[in-house]
Amino acid sequence: MNKNNKILIKGGRLIDPANKLDDIGDILIGAGKIIQVGKDIKVNSSLVIDASGRIIVPGLVDMHVHLREPGRKDKETVASGTKAAAKGGVTSVLAMPNTQPAIDCPENVRLLKESIKNSAAVRVFICAAVTKGRKGEELTDIAKLKKEGVVAISDDGSSVDCDKLMLKALSKAREEKVLVICHSEDKGLSKNGVVNLGLTSTRMGLRGISRESEYGRVKRDIFLAQKSKARLHIAHVSCRESVELIFQAKKKGLKITAETAPHYFALTEDSVLGYDTNMKMNPPLRGKEDVAAIKQGLADGVIDIIASDHAPHTKNEKDIEFEQAEFGVIGLETELAVSARELVHKGILSWPQLVEKMSLNPAKILGINKGTLSLGQDADIVIFSADKKWKVSEDNLVSKSKNSAFLGLDLPVVVEYTVCRGEVVYSDEVYRH
Amino acid sequence: MWIRKDLLGLEELSKEELELILSTAESFKEVSTREIKKVPALRGKTVVNLFYEPSTRTRVSFEVAAKRLSADVINIAAEASSARKGETLIDTGRNIEALKADIIVVRHNASGAAAMLARNVNISVVNAGDGWHEHPTQALLDIFTLKETLGRIEGLKVSIVGDIAHSRVARSNIWGLAKLGAQVTVCAPRILMPPGIEEMGARISYDIDEALHDADAVNVLRMQFERDEQKAFPNQFEYLEAFGVTQERLKKAKKDIIVMHPGPINRGIEMSSEVADGANSVILEQVTNGIAVRMAVLFLVAQASDSRKTEAHE
Amino acid sequence: MREKATVLDKENLARAVTRMAHEILEKNKGTQNLCLVGIRNRGVYLAERLAKNIEEIEKVRVPTGVLDITLYRDDLTLIADKAQVRKTEIDFDITAKIVVLVDDVLYTGRTIRSALDALIDLGRPDSIQLAVLIDRGHRELPIRADYVGKNIPTAQGESVEVRLEESDGKDEVVIVEKEI
Repeated sequence: MNKNNKILIKGGRLIDPANKLDDIGDILIGAGKIIQVGKDIKVNSSLVIDASGRIIVPGLVDMHVHLREPGRKDKETVASGTKAAAKGGVTSVLAMPNTQPAIDCPENVRLLKESIKNSAAVRVFICAAVTKGRKGEELTDIAKLKKEGVVAISDDGSSVDCDKLMLKALSKAREEKVLVICHSEDKGLSKNGVVNLGLTSTRMGLRGISRESEYGRVKRDIFLAQKSKARLHIAHVSCRESVELIFQAKKKGLKITAETAPHYFALTEDSVLGYDTNMKMNPPLRGKEDVAAIKQGLADGVIDIIASDHAPHTKNEKDIEFEQAEFGVIGLETELAVSARELVHKGILSWPQLVEKMSLNPAKILGINKGTLSLGQDADIVIFSADKKWKVSEDNLVSKSKNSAFLGLDLPVVVEYTVCRGEVVYSDEVYRH
Repeated sequence: MWIRKDLLGLEELSKEELELILSTAESFKEVSTREIKKVPALRGKTVVNLFYEPSTRTRVSFEVAAKRLSADVINIAAEASSARKGETLIDTGRNIEALKADIIVVRHNASGAAAMLARNVNISVVNAGDGWHEHPTQALLDIFTLKETLGRIEGLKVSIVGDIAHSRVARSNIWGLAKLGAQVTVCAPRILMPPGIEEMGARISYDIDEALHDADAVNVLRMQFERDEQKAFPNQFEYLEAFGVTQERLKKAKKDIIVMHPGPINRGIEMSSEVADGANSVILEQVTNGIAVRMAVLFLVAQASDSRKTEAHE
Repeated sequence: MREKATVLDKENLARAVTRMAHEILEKNKGTQNLCLVGIRNRGVYLAERLAKNIEEIEKVRVPTGVLDITLYRDDLTLIADKAQVRKTEIDFDITAKIVVLVDDVLYTGRTIRSALDALIDLGRPDSIQLAVLIDRGHRELPIRADYVGKNIPTAQGESVEVRLEESDGKDEVVIVEKEI
């Protein structure tokens, strides 16, 4: 489609928390931008999308995605991962740096940028590593990485164990105005663990990952953020104590934000009892009280955003003994639907609040100009139906890997159009026939 | 009635299913007392013993059980593959299925291995011990022996002593005994006591004398120092001192307390020789009963599989 | 299932059993080496009644045992919906004995085939004879009974139900029609 063609989206429920908008209306897109938002827009356009009965929101921003490039194209590629994003209504992703090699130097950033330029279906922002090779020993050159366009740094998959080095990273990141995202896990405590420590690990005869291994490290990371006055984002919060610590930190006025993933509020540790490796992730699925605390944290605003932690793995890495199987699940294609089912349908968040958590807030945290339907904005828009259902199956997932924790589930939200930079990058028409 | 294709653990079984296995085993025990110790019940069936861990005892017991049912037995001593090397467990299982075997008896060092195998093949899978998870036939033979010796399970006080954290025998015994109404006490050094045990239905004791005090039976686990990651005990003598079942300790317990051990015994570590060979010991009865219990399990899963096939045809 | 006719009532059933006891004694010229083995479930009660009758006639108690043939069936699925495996209880040596196998109904002959296998695994009798209360025909194997309480020709769509005090609360034999 020609970029200069206009698209008119008509008669949908527009939800745009940035502009406090929640009303039936139309949007006109042209030259990749939002030209007009209002009622009964009448204009000649090459494409009119009838959005009546649909919800129209700014494209989702998922700030925790493993695209696996460079190095593990067998699991996912920039092309397949961003296609999955488009199908899930996600128009911006933050690519995590635990690739092979890690994104720890300008050369590797450029390598990834090249691939993005050639094959990305949606916008990809880059998160670089905190330490070289993610080994927790030597800091990367944050200034140079920033110049290459990196918006955040993280050793995701590991925590920087050395307090002094972490403090240094935070201070440097503050100078460079780069966001630090921490994977809060004390591997000294969680070593070899594969499921939540407690009755579940005992019943299954597996080594446990304690909640303490998470919240102990959250506590340290908050302390170091306070000391360095740096902005800190805590990834994939899974347990109640972490929520409480973040709540206290925010009360003190610290510049801390927090994230959780749909599986941490949609599933409990009971799901793992059958040794389904698609239920194996790190942090692990926790108890009912933890799920309740996560939901409460989302409702209270203690947890700012929802991200998928999309972690593709091949069948070979999942269809093996539980202890040996890789950690992680894919989530780009299911995150909106699962969140709607667990949060909106259960009255924990309103639709505008969910859009905040999945689009506006992550854009703000990353400092990228996304997540709104303001005039003149890049036209990144999602149109979805909240009345239809679809069943998650390996056949209808477009991600290269199929390790979803929600296989077989009926989900209540069907993304019908995803528009990125004014172009339709996904429509579900193929599925409608 | 028994409808399960597989026996993976005692956690998932109902009280009625447990009782059915036990009463079926009672009938099978008679077969082993005959001159011709063989019945044709599984004639023409193939049982594959797929063992990823060395275990002469359990493997032989299953083999004898299968043969007394007239099944053909194939033993495979397999090597656990690493994540990216060698044949995967699922592939091995599917190959065995393609050989038209009927039952896989699997022993594996990974918890959940039997469940994974059972999900991926249509033939029956019997768990002969998976990691620290479950060892259902061992617990069944322990329970069978208790019932045979003491006449009941309901209301019995049974203590399980040893490395509970890393014991599949302990887990299966806790589930089975609790469902049948016994009062289970587990006794271990603190560091070898896993979390959540009380929620599984057992009482915790850290004092061996207290655990033995009014117990009707004690099941002594094999202490595996090679598995003791936390190095709870610097040497075996300290273990005997602190948690070993000795004649002196038994003197303070009930006179007719039953002493069990899943074997093989580390004499002088978790149990003294006098106790192992003493009047309270039923350790060799356990071995005999193991055959009857495994015959019952093989028979029941084979029967369930056959009736499934019949239904599929109808 | 619909009951079609009562073919033996309590009195006639008792007479048939008594006659069979006499026949057994006559054919074997007394109780020398004789023993009875009932096939679970109703064969067990019939064997017990025969033993009682023999005792009344000869004043000798012949050894009586219980045979469970579940493990000898030629098709596992057939027993899937039946009673569970139970014990065989024969506490005497059957070697060199005359074993009278007792069952309630003789039909295809497959149960008896299984019982013969089971018996022979237990020892080597001099001879095995077969006593059944009802022979309803439709044999699928070359097996015949030595003692028959009553021959009842039946159609395939019918079946014969033997009811005994011990298991069913009353003595009678009825023909029932299977509803299709």
